[in-house]
This record gives sequence, structure tokens and C-alpha cells, in this order.
Amino acid sequence: MRTPLSDWHASHGGRMVDFAGWRMPVQYTSIVAEHQATRTAVGLFDVSHMGRIFFGGAGAEAFLDTLVTRRVRGMQPGQVRYGLVTNENGGILDDVLVYRKPDSMESDVAYRDFTHWLVVNASNRDKILSWISDRPLPSDVVLDDRTEATAMIAAQGPRSGELLTPLLGTELLAMKYYTSRGVALAGNNIIVSRTGYTGEDGWELVVPSSRAPEVWEQLVSRAGLLGGGPAGLGCRDTLRLEAAMPLYGHELNENITPLDAGLDFAVNLEGREFPGAAVLRQQKSKGVQRARVGLQLDGRRVPREGFDVVRQGSTIGQVTSGTFSPTLDRPIAMAYVDTDHSEIGTAVDVDIRGKLEPATIVKLPFYRRST
Amino acid sequence: MRPEELLYAKTHEWVYVYEGGAKERIGRVGISAFAVEALTDLVYVELPSIGKELSEGKPFGEIESVKAVSDLYSPVTGKVIAANQDLPADLSALNRDPYGAGWLVEIEMAKDQSISHLLDYAAYQKQCAEEGH
Repeated sequence: MRTPLSDWHASHGGRMVDFAGWRMPVQYTSIVAEHQATRTAVGLFDVSHMGRIFFGGAGAEAFLDTLVTRRVRGMQPGQVRYGLVTNENGGILDDVLVYRKPDSMESDVAYRDFTHWLVVNASNRDKILSWISDRPLPSDVVLDDRTEATAMIAAQGPRSGELLTPLLGTELLAMKYYTSRGVALAGNNIIVSRTGYTGEDGWELVVPSSRAPEVWEQLVSRAGLLGGGPAGLGCRDTLRLEAAMPLYGHELNENITPLDAGLDFAVNLEGREFPGAAVLRQQKSKGVQRARVGLQLDGRRVPREGFDVVRQGSTIGQVTSGTFSPTLDRPIAMAYVDTDHSEIGTAVDVDIRGKLEPATIVKLPFYRRST
Repeated sequence: MRPEELLYAKTHEWVYVYEGGAKERIGRVGISAFAVEALTDLVYVELPSIGKELSEGKPFGEIESVKAVSDLYSPVTGKVIAANQDLPADLSALNRDPYGAGWLVEIEMAKDQSISHLLDYAAYQKQCAEEGH
């Protein structure tokens, strides 16, 4: 599949790859350059491959409340909430953002029928759609998968406000983190949320597909003046890893529960029922066997997914994602290790293709923006 | 060193063959600009120690970028007589000057080593053009 911007990427030096079935750019110049531009100025990401599933009808809120690990009932208009969709065993089917429609979109006919929407991982969109239809979807809930009718653009970095406000208005700056609003842009209402996956301040825009190329081009040319520019999936990964944000298929999968992943904040078990809630209650009282930790290496060789984490000769866990951190100028990784060996400061080794490389368990995240 | 004067392995190593003081054949080995460009964001290179015996087509070291690690393959069989000791601390030499300051190792080639399996510049360019898209 192609996003409304795939052609633009390919014709502007994007190194295109297949990602979850989508033609996406890994990088335009270099991963490190785009990473640093995002940390210091602003990076523009095409995240149209993420699934955007809209819900409406009298039962939408109640239905979503039984689907995700956090309360959807009682979310305020414009609020955005991170949560997990779990199976009956508490295993993670996806990590999602739940949006409740902001008041500023009430008059928008394009979204008239909807009250909530989910943003899901590209790789899990089909799975989540079938999970929902197998529930089954109650008769008083309507669903519309608008992934292909819209594009999603993320502007991330300390200068993203400067980039966006001339186009979208200074109200953007008054938005709280994890809220959304509707903003008029040349006759189209677009959805703007103060969210992202980089550890920087920033906004994500949902734009009708037909308008996406012109919005993107405007943003790219303005970003250039601010020291930023387009950024590919390569640095999206290094940025989120520095910020210790989990990635589905790496830190999260169907054999890992939200509690294993240390995502306790995203699990609300009080008076709620959703698939896997009973298992999670039990796990919560017993405690978890493994912990998601950060590793920082002494050398320069990079730990990759699946490599063993070793302590005094015994394997205590496995790396789930690793990279070379441009900010720290050294290799970092996230890993699951036995909770007995998960203390901050523990000296371990990572088995990098047969050679043990010294590492230390460090506090997450690896990077936190100032302010 | 001009890239036109070099021979290339399909795995993107270049080799410059010259005669040493005792009439032995020496191959200086590096990786091509195409390979450096494809890897980008280099973070680490591991080179063999001097005296190590290398075999044609077999890995002799590794080069790592932010995205992935790749093996380095020896284009010829022989013994390592020199390795670029400055390189691991300054990988930018590979970007600046892949055919000069960015060299990797020098190999004293085995007496019966043929070089007929290596590509000339034109053939290598053709391969890169095919891989490039």
C-alpha cells in the first residue's frame, strides 16, 4: 500500500522499504542527521500507515471501555489516552491511542457520526479490526476504518510549534499534552493532537488524503528554514528507543502482558472488565517474573533484537530492541530480564554474535527532553 | 587511489593489487563508496589482527551502522600484514575517502591466488546500478 505521500518520499531521496505492507521511507539523508534535526529543531514524519478507526453510535463509549485496558468512559472531549488491547490471557494485541472527539469538531460534518477513534499500529490494523468484529461489534456502534481516506503527519521537536502555528493558529500552543482539537485549514477540518513517538514536544495531524501532499510540502519547506525537515522510519525508531517507548513486535506481543512491560499506568482494573482483566488482576497480586529494562553498553557494538543478556555466565533475558543512540553516542537497548536481576546499576553482558560485551542496566528513559 | 584502478568483489570490497619488496603480491582492501553510502551512519568496524589467515569469500571482520551489521568478506586468500589502526576511532575516513584513508587491511596474497573472479570498475558499476533500485 502507498500513503498519499509515498510518491513524494520516493522522488525526494527517500530510501523506500516495505513496512507492514506500506511503502515507507527509512531515511532521506541519514538516520543520525534526521534524529538530531528532530531533537534540536523539527522532524516531519509521514505516519499515515498507522491505522485510524472511527467509532460512533450510542454504544461506542461503552464498547471501547470493554476493549482497552484503560477507562474510556469519562474521558473528556478532546482527551487522548494511551492504552492496550489485550486478549483473554492478558497478552498484548496492540498498543493504541484512544481519542474522544473534541468540542471543536462538533460542527464538522466529516466526523459527525463519530464520538471516538483509535490510532493503532499499522502491523496490527487487520488484527484489531477482526478482534473488534469478532467481539462482536454491538448493533448500536458504528465503525469506519479511515486509514486510507486520511493521512497522518507528525511534526516533532522543540521547533514544531513555530512550524505549525502560522498554518494552524496559536491555539495549538495552549493545547495540553495528550489532547486533540479540530482546526480549520483551507476549508478542511483537520484533527490535531499534541502527541508523538519521539520523546519531543510535537503534534500529529490527521488530514484528508487529497490534501496531504500540499500540507506536507508546505510543512517541509517551512521546516527547512527552522533547521528541520522530513524524517524517516529509521530515526523514528532511534528516537522512540531513546525515549524508551515500547514498539509492538519488539517490547510488546501477545505473550507479554502490560504488567510485564511495565505499563501499569495504562492498566485500570478497578471495577472494570475487558479481555484478560482477570489474568492481570492475578498477575498484579502475584507480581511479574520479568522486567523491561534499559541497557547501556561500554563498547560500540550494537545489541540487536533477540540477543541474550547474561549475568555471571547465566542468561537472564533477551534484548527486544537495540540501536546506537545518537544522543548518548553509545549503544543502547531495551530488554526483558528476570526481575531478580533487574536492579538499576546491575552489571551484565550482552552476547553479541558470540562475544560478551559489558553493559549496565540503567534507568529508563535514556533521554528526557528538558523543560 | 582512483576507483577505476581497482578490482571489486560482488560483496562490495575493493582490492588494489601491487608488488611488495620481495616480489610478493599484496592486496590492499577496502569497501566501495557505494557500500559506504548504502550503510550510512557507521558506528563500528572490527578488523582482523596481523598474521591472520584469510580465505577468499569468507568473512574477515564486520562493519556496523545504526541500522544493521554487515560482514566484511575477503576478496582474496592470504595473510593479513597490515590493518588500518586509525579507522575504528575515526570512521568518517570511510565517508571522506573510501579508496584512500578509509582502507581496511593489506593482505599478502597466496601464491596461487587468481584475481579473475574480481570485477573491474565497469562491471562493478553495472552491478551497483542494478542493486540501486
